[in-house]
Amino acid sequence: MTPTDAKRPLQLNDQGQLRHFLSLDGLPRELLSELLETADSFLEVGARAVKKVPLLRGKTVCNVFFENSTRTRTTFELAAQRLSADVITLNVSTSSTSKGETLFDTLRNLEAMAADMFVVRHADSGAAHFIAEHVCPNVAVINGGDGRHGHPTQGMLDMLTIKRHKGGFENLSVAIVGDILHSRVARSDMLALKTLGCPDIRVIAPKTLLPVGIEQYGVRVFHNLAEGLKDVDVVIMLRLQKERMQGGLLPSEGEFYRLYGLTEQRLALAKPDAIVMHPGPINRGVEIESAVADGAQSVILNQVTYGIAIRMAVLSMAMSGQTAQRQAEQENA
Amino acid sequence: MSLSILGARVIDPASGLDQVSDLHIDAGQIIAIGAAPAGFQAAQRIDAQGLVAAPGLVDLNVSLREPGYSRKGTINSETLAAAAGGVTSLCCPPQTKPVLDTTAVAELILDRAREAGHAKVFPLGAFSKGLAGEQLAELVALRDAGCVAFADGLGGFHNPRLLRRAMEYAATFDLTLVLHSQDPDLAAGGMAHEGALASFRGLAGIPETAETVALARNLLLVEQSGVRAHFTQLTTARGAQMIAEAQARGLPVTADVALYQLILTDEALEDFSSLYHVQPPLRSPADRDGLRAAVKSGVIQAIASHHQPHEADAKLAPFAATEPGISSVELLLPLALTLVQDGLLSLPELLARLSSGPASALRLPTGQLAIGRAADLVLFDPQASTLAGETWYSKGQNCPFLGHCLPGLVRYTLVDGQVRYQR
Repeated sequence: MTPTDAKRPLQLNDQGQLRHFLSLDGLPRELLSELLETADSFLEVGARAVKKVPLLRGKTVCNVFFENSTRTRTTFELAAQRLSADVITLNVSTSSTSKGETLFDTLRNLEAMAADMFVVRHADSGAAHFIAEHVCPNVAVINGGDGRHGHPTQGMLDMLTIKRHKGGFENLSVAIVGDILHSRVARSDMLALKTLGCPDIRVIAPKTLLPVGIEQYGVRVFHNLAEGLKDVDVVIMLRLQKERMQGGLLPSEGEFYRLYGLTEQRLALAKPDAIVMHPGPINRGVEIESAVADGAQSVILNQVTYGIAIRMAVLSMAMSGQTAQRQAEQENA
Repeated sequence: MSLSILGARVIDPASGLDQVSDLHIDAGQIIAIGAAPAGFQAAQRIDAQGLVAAPGLVDLNVSLREPGYSRKGTINSETLAAAAGGVTSLCCPPQTKPVLDTTAVAELILDRAREAGHAKVFPLGAFSKGLAGEQLAELVALRDAGCVAFADGLGGFHNPRLLRRAMEYAATFDLTLVLHSQDPDLAAGGMAHEGALASFRGLAGIPETAETVALARNLLLVEQSGVRAHFTQLTTARGAQMIAEAQARGLPVTADVALYQLILTDEALEDFSSLYHVQPPLRSPADRDGLRAAVKSGVIQAIASHHQPHEADAKLAPFAATEPGISSVELLLPLALTLVQDGLLSLPELLARLSSGPASALRLPTGQLAIGRAADLVLFDPQASTLAGETWYSKGQNCPFLGHCLPGLVRYTLVDGQVRYQR
């Protein structure tokens, strides 16, 4: 007996277009490439005097953040505004849930306000899947980060950064360094790089910061930073949370920096034209030296700019896929 | 009332009986197998041709949820669900509110179970007061009130010194302990088997060592104290192997496994479905295969439903925020018959793991078809099938098997010679 039902592609409509954006897992290479191309075309909008296109005019985008965020929330707001949508942002961590309202009820209430799209950040892995499957299947749900599971728009903005600075993925070596275990960014990056055909993905961390079975992502594991950085084209540094010093994962920030901090000296082991990325916010002197973060090889601020373009692409593609699906269902009904 | 069951394939694993025969019942007892005693005239007859007559199933862990959680299930609803699954005797764990650590709670459960009358209920008392793992509950008083064994669930005595003393006290009075073995520190924060699947999905893992470390400690302390111990809800192949080794060196320990653990694996968590959120967690395919082998060899002598009904809201949240458990007692027999269908067990072997095996593990006075014993039995049609959920008595709809077509159909469940369920 096989009790698990055939997997339904929750985030795609009947035509294979995006209707939610929950995870990079299961999305075909063509769709990721289309996203990158669409985002590329939106980059030009940000350079205009009037930074608006009318793609989402009359639509309401709700940013629902159950976890604190500055960068992701603001760039989603800007992306929606540049697409001419009406935007509401709720920091739910400080409102409803403290009054005992469940996630289910909070979202149902927002749906009743005729929202067309939810951007959700939540501390539980799978929260966006839950909302798309069980709460509001007819609202386009965009995952703005769920627990340790995924941060697919960050993953795609990292891909846009790499594509624009390196031209493609086919011959690249990419190293991801630091707290992979707790990082949704690392998980999304690994999936995206694999789908887009990057042949050499490396993760560099002590065993305590690596998830069990990580080799099954198709990555190479290094415990030594110098070995792992040798001749790479891209270095993605991850943020180290202070609470990792508790629970026996690391002895101290100092020892982590000594072993895994990215300094100019260590960066010299990578290719001379290697780029340095970081999802932010950075901890200077914990995972990255200021001279590197602010140096010529750093593209950390470019990532923020690209983040708006990627989010515009995701919002517009998911809205169009969701609208098409709703129309098709109404016609069939 | 007297009853004759005619022409069934009668299987009694305890005695090795397996033949087409008649069963005659009077005053709640089996009085003859084969020819009726001279002058016996049954008031009722069941034509059981084509059916299997077996001892009523004995389920070592069915959460009845009462008192305290009647939104999830009631003694009436869950014992009726059990009868529909072919169960005539069940043990209910002490995780009620208040906890089953006083005779008053034991009496309340037994009274309501008698009133409902769907199945025999044998409560498991709390090993420690409030299940807090600090102070012994009044074990002897609880035994006298009807508790057949003592359990702590996933909490319990974590301090090895206290656990050792508690075991020695229980051993003094020849009480049986039902031990869950999961180290709460190694499992802390976890919600899924620690492996590639949980890593991909970003679900915090519970390592295999959470079970094996606790199991090693418990086995050594059981050996030292001489207490009778039953190891419940094993999840790992390695854990089953440790039980086998302990049995091989002569330690009289027994073990059970949750039926769903023999069918499902952590692969079911792919889509974050909260229906598959259970504690201890679904493990790897290799673990499932190891558990199946241990059931086949008899190292694990009991299969239990570990039925945990929930209200809909308990499962309506992101995975981590949902309550663990599967509602499945209602499907115990048909779901277990998939193990015969898969070729793992013969029908008599399966019935042994569901009746005489669990009954002897906790020394329950049931689980056999024999003259002079209580007429607790199930009659089922092995050729028919059950559409899971077509009828449903449990208050918990949290069952991932709903909608599946399963082998076998329970036709009658009899407790003390009375038909308690019929279809």
